[in-house]
Amino acid sequence: MNGISSGFGAWNPIAWALLFLGVLAVGFAVRSLGKKNYKRGTGQTKVFLSGNEEPEDSAALHVRGRHLYWGMVEGLSGYYRRVQALHTGVLNDYAAWFVGVLAVVFVILVLAR
Amino acid sequence: MTALTNHAPVLLIAIPLLGAFAVPLIGKLGRTARNTFVGFIAAITAAFAGLLAASVFGQAGAPSLYVLGGHGFAVPLPSGMSVPIRILLEVDGMGAFMALITALITLTGAFFSFSYWKGRSGGTLFYSLLMLLTAGIFGMELTGDMFNFFVFLEVTSIAACGLIGFRVWLKTSQEAGFKVMALYTLSGLFVLLAVGLLYGQYGGLNIAYLAGALTGSTIDIVALGLLLTGLALKAGAVPLHMWAPDAYGEAPAPMSAVLVANSQASLYGLFRVLFTLFGLTISVAALGWILIVLALLTIFVGVTMALIQNDIKRLIAYGAVSQIGYMLLGVGVGLAVSVAKPDYGFVAMQGGIFHMLNDAACIGLLFFASGAIVRATGTRDLNRMGGLAHSMKWTSVLFLVGAFALAGVPPFNGFASKFLIYEASFKLSPFLAVIAILSSILLLAVFVKVFQAAFLGARQEGLGGEAPMGMMVPMVALALVVVAFGLFPGFFVDRIVTPAVNALWYGREAYIGLVLGGG
Repeated sequence: MNGISSGFGAWNPIAWALLFLGVLAVGFAVRSLGKKNYKRGTGQTKVFLSGNEEPEDSAALHVRGRHLYWGMVEGLSGYYRRVQALHTGVLNDYAAWFVGVLAVVFVILVLAR
Repeated sequence: MTALTNHAPVLLIAIPLLGAFAVPLIGKLGRTARNTFVGFIAAITAAFAGLLAASVFGQAGAPSLYVLGGHGFAVPLPSGMSVPIRILLEVDGMGAFMALITALITLTGAFFSFSYWKGRSGGTLFYSLLMLLTAGIFGMELTGDMFNFFVFLEVTSIAACGLIGFRVWLKTSQEAGFKVMALYTLSGLFVLLAVGLLYGQYGGLNIAYLAGALTGSTIDIVALGLLLTGLALKAGAVPLHMWAPDAYGEAPAPMSAVLVANSQASLYGLFRVLFTLFGLTISVAALGWILIVLALLTIFVGVTMALIQNDIKRLIAYGAVSQIGYMLLGVGVGLAVSVAKPDYGFVAMQGGIFHMLNDAACIGLLFFASGAIVRATGTRDLNRMGGLAHSMKWTSVLFLVGAFALAGVPPFNGFASKFLIYEASFKLSPFLAVIAILSSILLLAVFVKVFQAAFLGARQEGLGGEAPMGMMVPMVALALVVVAFGLFPGFFVDRIVTPAVNALWYGREAYIGLVLGGG
């Protein structure tokens, strides 16, 4: 009742959830093997920032939206330059896309008759 | 109860339509009376959608007819025949399925708006437009007539433009409203032109009549091209999507969710045209591949454009665009192989149609959560957010549920429908499945960015404050739908998705026969 089958594969979320809970339980079991005799308020519990001192204004450390995936976007800059250039914001261009797609659809449908 | 169920198709359109015009009058009595009235209308409309769905799915999605007029109103023709003047609503599994989606989103959207719009002016007009949009969407989904479909399409366009440009004090909102108005008009004009061509050719507007009469002539092909492109524009398929980020981004957050339901109604119109109206009178394989190409473009461009957005609503808007691609991919694969009807074609259709409901729930949840965030922070800019999980614990959890579901992370509902799409599209071509899966992974990365930028990090002064109960309840309701459909997909696929797919895949003859006889 809860699962679905595509005829060549199956997905049972309840079984998956049980497995997930099992993995979580193993994770907690491993965690419980850790040392409990650490000392609070010492270097053992201090935030580690690649060896740098933690600044007083911790909000300044926050990685903002524009910084995330910067490298990936830079790597795909050629693609993004072209795709962003298509999003001109000009209505005439949007209407031109509409006419262009309409023409292509007509050609395909006529050829496929 | 039976009488109410029998009249449900027309009541689903009439109640919100009358409500739209009554809201300004009730609004004179005060805000509480107006909100109570809007809540009542939304609830009773949803109840009728539930009744209709229960009735249609109880008969395995078989079509049913609702006739307005026809008794005593007939035009005599020179030939001696008389044509009844009437309006037909024809509801099958697919129509009922779409009505459920619309009811879910408009109901939660209306209740979310009560808190979201609290303390702002213009609420009466806002709710009036919402009711009008609701009536239009239901009309598109339940009508059995091409001209009425166009009329309801225009009703949704007018109401949607009003809602997108509602905040007239914002230049960006005005610009988005204007762009959408121009493009929706273009879309509507081409749909009207197609309807006119079909009427000129066959002398009728009824979908069943036209479906029985179509021959695949050049006029039919022209009409099909106009309908396909016009409806693909309103659904937001790439490269006709450029209005969508502006529209979803600038509309008030709860209305962004309703606009997605509006786009899905256009997608439904496209599927109805392809499967029921034209059926096998045209080259379905070519049409299927047109949809598949549009789908791949929509998925990939939508996701990659989402990645570079720093405006939370525009980012979710691009995510919403990408999900339209998954629906097109599922149905496109089904259409491409519909002549041979292999098993995986049906599975692809199940995935595409199931994803409509799943997408509506999770994208609705994300737009609501973004509304709560914008309301609490006063900004849509991710670069100015951070640490919101400290002050908006529940909103952050609900956002995460919606994000995981949209990205197709198990065990949420998005995974269940995408699983069917991946598997079936792989059978047609592994390349399709690779693009679909990679894009889902990229979408997860997009939402990791949002979660990191908005919710993680140290608490920031002056930002945040948990969403009020009025916003929380609709978000929790949608999250429950996301989880329930994710944990029990088999239950919902068997009971509502399969009858909806059957209506498109096998139901053309029954749809025609119900009106013309012999079905």
